[in-house]
Parts: sequence; C-alpha cells; structure tokens
Amino acid sequence: MITLDLIEKNQLGKIVAIDTDLLPLKLIEMGCLPGNEVYLEQLAPLKDPMYLVIDGCHLAIRTEIAKNIKIELI
Amino acid sequence: MSKTINVALIGNPNTGKTSVFNALTGLNQKVGNYPGITVEKKQGSCRLNQTTKAHIIDLPGTYSLNASSMDESVVIELLLNRNDKDYPDVAVVISDIENLKRNLLLFTQIKDLKIPTLLVINMSDRMVDKGISLNVNKLEQKLKTKIALTSTRENKGIEFLKTCLLDFRSLSKVGCLDITKIDEAYFGNLQKVFPDQSLYKLWLVISQDVNFAKIERKKVQDATEYKTQPISHLKRLQQKETIKRYQYINQSLKETYSVDQSKATDYRSKLDRILIHRLWGYIIFFLILLTIFQVIFGWSSIPMDFIDERFTKLSEYTKINLPPGLFTNLLAEGIISGLGGIVIFIPQIAFLFLFIAVLEETGYMSRVVFLMDRGLRKYGLSGKSVIPLISGTACAIPAVMATRNIENWKERLITILVTPFTTCSARLPVYLILISLVIPEGKFLGMGYQGLTLMGLYLLGFAMALLSAGILNKMLKIQSKTYFVIEMPNYKLPLLKNILITVFEKTKSFVVEAGRIILAISILLWLMASFGPGKEFNQAEEIIMSRSKVKSFTAEQLENEIASHKLEHSFIGILGKTIEPAIAPLGFDWKIGIALISSFAAREVFVGTLATIYSVGNDQEETIKNRMKAERKSDGSLLFDLPTGISLMLFYAFALQCMSTLAIVKKETNGWKWPMIQLLSMTLIAYLSALIVYQILV
Ligand SMILES: Nc1nc2c(ncn2[C@@H]2O[C@H](COP(=O)(O)OP(=O)(O)OP(=O)(O)O)[C@@H](O)[C@H]2O)c(=O)[nH]1
Ligand SMILES: [Mg+2]
Repeated sequence: MITLDLIEKNQLGKIVAIDTDLLPLKLIEMGCLPGNEVYLEQLAPLKDPMYLVIDGCHLAIRTEIAKNIKIELI
Repeated sequence: MSKTINVALIGNPNTGKTSVFNALTGLNQKVGNYPGITVEKKQGSCRLNQTTKAHIIDLPGTYSLNASSMDESVVIELLLNRNDKDYPDVAVVISDIENLKRNLLLFTQIKDLKIPTLLVINMSDRMVDKGISLNVNKLEQKLKTKIALTSTRENKGIEFLKTCLLDFRSLSKVGCLDITKIDEAYFGNLQKVFPDQSLYKLWLVISQDVNFAKIERKKVQDATEYKTQPISHLKRLQQKETIKRYQYINQSLKETYSVDQSKATDYRSKLDRILIHRLWGYIIFFLILLTIFQVIFGWSSIPMDFIDERFTKLSEYTKINLPPGLFTNLLAEGIISGLGGIVIFIPQIAFLFLFIAVLEETGYMSRVVFLMDRGLRKYGLSGKSVIPLISGTACAIPAVMATRNIENWKERLITILVTPFTTCSARLPVYLILISLVIPEGKFLGMGYQGLTLMGLYLLGFAMALLSAGILNKMLKIQSKTYFVIEMPNYKLPLLKNILITVFEKTKSFVVEAGRIILAISILLWLMASFGPGKEFNQAEEIIMSRSKVKSFTAEQLENEIASHKLEHSFIGILGKTIEPAIAPLGFDWKIGIALISSFAAREVFVGTLATIYSVGNDQEETIKNRMKAERKSDGSLLFDLPTGISLMLFYAFALQCMSTLAIVKKETNGWKWPMIQLLSMTLIAYLSALIVYQILV
C-alpha cells in the first residue's frame, strides 16, 4: 500500500482508504472513494500538481492532498 | 392569457448549460451588469407555445449542493428559498453524456429537494465517437424522471425539451435517497425535533458552512445543537451520503449505459501530451499570448481609423448644421468627442473578449491552470489565479469575482489584491493612443515595435502582479488549508453561436457601462472648460489684444492664442494648474493633469478627456490623435515625446484608477481595509515608477 502521490505513470491503482478530514468534499464527490480505480495521466513540472484519472474523471490535485489518499497497486 | 413558468438550468461546470440556454432563448437574454464569466445570474425567456412562456435562469456550474465556493452557493440559495421570485417550477439538470455518472450526483441531490426535475443529457453527438450507448427509456424509469437527449451542437432535442417543460406537472417528485439510511440515530433524532421539515433540506443547511439566505438560516437556528457535532463527524456523514448516492447511480446506470472502449477515440490524452508538456506546454501558451496581442494591434487598426474619422466628421457636421450656440458646442465638443473616445475601442475590446471566450470554451484554460499552479504557488497564488489574471485583461471586476473558486483564502485574497495590475481593456485605449504617438513604426523579427510595446506592457502588468503577490505572500500571516482540485475537461470545438453571443453581450455591457461614465464626465469637463471665474477668462480677448507681440499675428494665430488663454483660466484649467507642480517631474503638463483627475473615476476616460479638452474652442477638424500630436510644451518641443509617453503609460499601468474595482474588492473582502490599502499602494507605485523612468529618460 502506498500513498497516491507516489504513483507512477502506467501504474493502475485502487483507492483503499482516504483521510476524510483532510480531503476536500469536492474531491470525494468527484469519485475519490475507496474501491475506485486511479491512474496517473501526467505530472506537471516539479511533479506537482498531478493530473489523475479517478474513476473515469479527469482532474488535477496537488501532491499534498494526494498524500492523504492510500492506494493499492493492481 | 399567457402564463410564465420559472425554469432553472443547473449542472456541473462545462456540461453545456449556457449552450442550452442560448439555444432556448436566443438573444432574448439579460446578463448581469459586468462582462465576465457566468457568475451573475443570466436570465432569458422562451416561448413554449401560444399560451406559455418560460423564464429561464442559467446558473453557475456546480458539482454538488454542498457548496465549496461562493459561486456555488448562489445555486443553493435559490433552490432552498421558496420565496425567491425566481424559485424554479421546474429544475433542469444538464449533464454531459461522457461524464454522466458524476453529473448524476447533483441530479440525485436536486431530486431529493422534491422540486420537479428534468434531466437533459447533452452532447449526444459525441456518443458515436466515444462508443457510448444509452437506453433512455429504462434510465427514465430507474431515475424516475423525464430525459431529454440533446445536442446543442447539432441543434437536436431542443424542441423535445420544450415539450417536456410544458408538461412539467407530470414529473415525478419522488426523491432518490432515503437520507435516514445514512445514520439512523442522527437523522431519526433530527426528524423528531423538526417533524414538519424536509429532512434533506435541514441536513443541507446544517452541513454547509457558507452563508445562505437569512430566512432559511432563521428557520433552523434551533438546529444549532446539531451543528455542535464536530465538523469531522458531519463530514463523515457527507462522505457516507456520497457513497450511497453513487451506489444508487451505479445501480441505475448498470443496465442502461455502456461504453465500448474499443470504439472510443481519445484525443484528449494526445493533445494533453503536447499542450501540457513541461516544455512545449509553456512555449505554446506563450505563442498563443503573442498571437493575441499581435491580432489585437494589427487587425483592429482599420476599423479604428474608420471610426475615428467618422466621429470627427460627425462632430464637424453637427457644428455646421446646427444653429451656433452653447448647446451645439456642448454636443460637438463635449459629447461627441467624449463618446468617440470609447466607441473607437470597440474592435479591440471585442477581439479580446473573443479570445478569452475561445480559451475558456475549448477547455484550454484548465490546462493553463495546471501548468501554472506550481510556479504561482511560490508567489502565494494558486494555478486558479490564472483565470482572474487572464480575464483581468478584459476587466478587473469579473476577474475579482472569478477568484471565488479559489479554495484557499490567503491565495484568494492575494489574487484579488494583485489582479488590478493586469492590463484591463480600459487601459488599452490609453496605451494604444500613446504607443501610436511615441513609438516608431519599424519592425523587429517580423513583429512591429508597436505590437511589441503593447505586449511588453501586458507582460509588465503580469510581472508587477507577481512581484506584489510575492511580497504580500511574505507579509500576510494567514493560515488556511489548500484544497486545490480542478477538473480537466475534454477538449471541445467552441460553438460559434456561444462565442458570438458572449462577445456581443460583454462588449455591449462594457460600452454601455463605460459610455455612461464617459458621457457624464465629458459633459462636466466641457462645462468646466467653457466657463471660468474672473476677468482672465471673461476678458481673454482684450487681454491678448493688449499684448504688443500679437500685432504681427495672423487672424488664426490670434484666435488660437485667445482660446488657449481662456482654457488656461477656465475652472478646469485652474484645477489642472493646481496639481501641475506635483506631476511636472513625471513629464506631465496641466492638461494631462486634468485627464489624470478625471481618470480616477475610470481610466478609460483619459482619451475622451483629452479629446474634449483639446477640442474646446478649436475649429480645425482633426482626429484625436492628430490633435494630441500637435500639442507642444511651452518651449515649443512636442508634448508627447518618448519620455512623457513612457512615463504616462507606466502611470496608467500601475495606478488603480477605477471606482468600480474598489467597490467590488470591498464587497469580496467585506470591508474598506483591503481596497484602501490597494488604492494607496498602487498609486504610490505608479507615481514613483513614472517619476524614476521620466527622470532617467529625459
Ligand atoms: N460536442 C458538443 N459540445 C457541446 C455541446 N453543447 C455544448 N458544447 C461545448 O461544451 C463547452 C461548454 O459549454 P457551455 O455551454 O459553456 O457550458 P456551461 O455548462 O455553461 O459551462 P459553465 O458556465 O462554465 O459551467 C463549450 O465548448 C461548448 O461548445 C454539444 O451538444 N455537443
Ligand atoms: Mg455557462
């Protein structure tokens, strides 16, 4: 199990746990929920922010937020 | 007898609400006062049949009813307030076929408010490309609603949508989620305390931390005991609620919606690989900006010269054909010259709005946010500050409002404070006329010097914004959480109709707003320039005639001498002369001083003011530019030479000369503290930089 900020290109992950208190509700509502699949589409220079596809939804978040999401590589 | 039903268009950002709105209302629409993105309510009307009209509101995009920004709370305020005159008889949720799952989250929430709800699934033209198939009838049954499958691009489904609207009474009002299932104890208790209230509404009001309509707040004041629950508990409940909603949605979509990946073409990834590439991304962004400035400068000159000439002719025509007198002079010298000073810039302003609209519509703007976030964070800004900073090139007012979707208060405040440094369209007239007066026409690497100067001024505005953001970032001690989330929408070809309507509406409101101020100020200025106290003004003829040197003058020279003596001793002349000592070190004379004073209301009056001042008592029919060109200092050299021109441009680049901006900053920061700090420091920066540059150049 790793945190989402460590995911690399061409890896597929599955969200296992999220820290509700530290995540914006909006992110949860966009599909960042345990059980959903996630992969990295692209990194901005300096690896921040991250452009992710979570449960089919294309979005970008900062690495400090990604640290609060635990994933499992599949 | 005709009756009107209220319709609200609601949906996630970028699903096509405004497109559907435009398709329904055409030009029968009214946008808020200020140009800019959809922050204010957009209203319009549409005839459904002989007896029924729909009053339609286009609401800002929102991801859910749990508002995370002030913008989104507009939507909730409306939906929770039954007494609002716009409270919808029917809510139309607009969704995008490609993101149906996520879009439906909002749909289930709205349905739980027990408002008759209609679902529009838009962009049906993309189904083939994306390999999507959908069973509309079955989905209607699952979601207990009526569905209109539309494509505003191909103009399909809009008529059907109208018939559905007519039939809104037959829409089911059954909700989607039994909210007590989330936490039986908590919600059971809540219901006991407020037996006659809708549980979901109560829950919404309790769990929001945004301020809503006072009425609703009052009603649940007594519910504060439920708010004493720690925030984290409420949030956990919200998360549970979201999970439940997605279960319901997945259940509904399982047999009705499917994507055949093998048929889908994905150009988003391909385009993203280039457009947000760590090197190419930046180069392309810079090239786009460069093109915009080149076009604004190059393409607009023809219509502008034409307009300038027309207005000069009109003024001349008025003077010749109306009986001579005070009123004719006011019309020809005050009003027509003043209005000419704004109308002339319509082509440029329209081009600017056009480019911003295209960048937003295509989805490119989100990529810029992504590219810039890391870099901007060093200055205490967010990637999302890019949107205010870029739309600030049109007008600072909508730009300040556009900061509302920046989640972090410190980043938002800094963005608000530095946005007025970006070159707004009201500065454009000043720059353009000064550039054409003092910058030579030559070319450098295929770009005209004049275009390059203009671009330089825009960059200077951005640079100053960044610099002061960096300083503010160090000075302000505010702790706030970063909640940066941005959707990366699919790339889309903009709809021509959308773009044209946006450009038309925004240009119109800019011209009307600015025109009103300019008209008032032109009249005031003309009056102040045409009258004066004391005998220096009223007996100007005798005073000049009595001077010995005038003996050798021609009649024309004599007349000019008298006119300028009069202007100098008119009310406005006296005012200008009073501040001249303070601005002389910047290379400005008292006439420019007058323009500076009137610019404090709004800077776009600069050109109009000079036009009015220079045309008072001047019978030669000349364009504004030629009149400015002919102005000389007391020593006979040109007034608008390079040092004065540059110094003036810098002053306008940095000074906060716009009362409306101050007003909106006050509103967005809840007080006079920040706007005052902004006004004082920007004026100081403007004065000092103009002073230093002029003293170096001269
Ligand atoms: N292919 C396709 N594109 C569409 C359709 N309708 C709208 N679009 C495009 O989708 C984008 C967003 O449309 P808007 O109408 O501005 O969406 P909106 O919901 O008002 O967006 P916000 O106001 O930002 O929340 C634009 O680029 C439109 O050109 C459609 O039926 N088909
Ligand atoms: Mg819109």
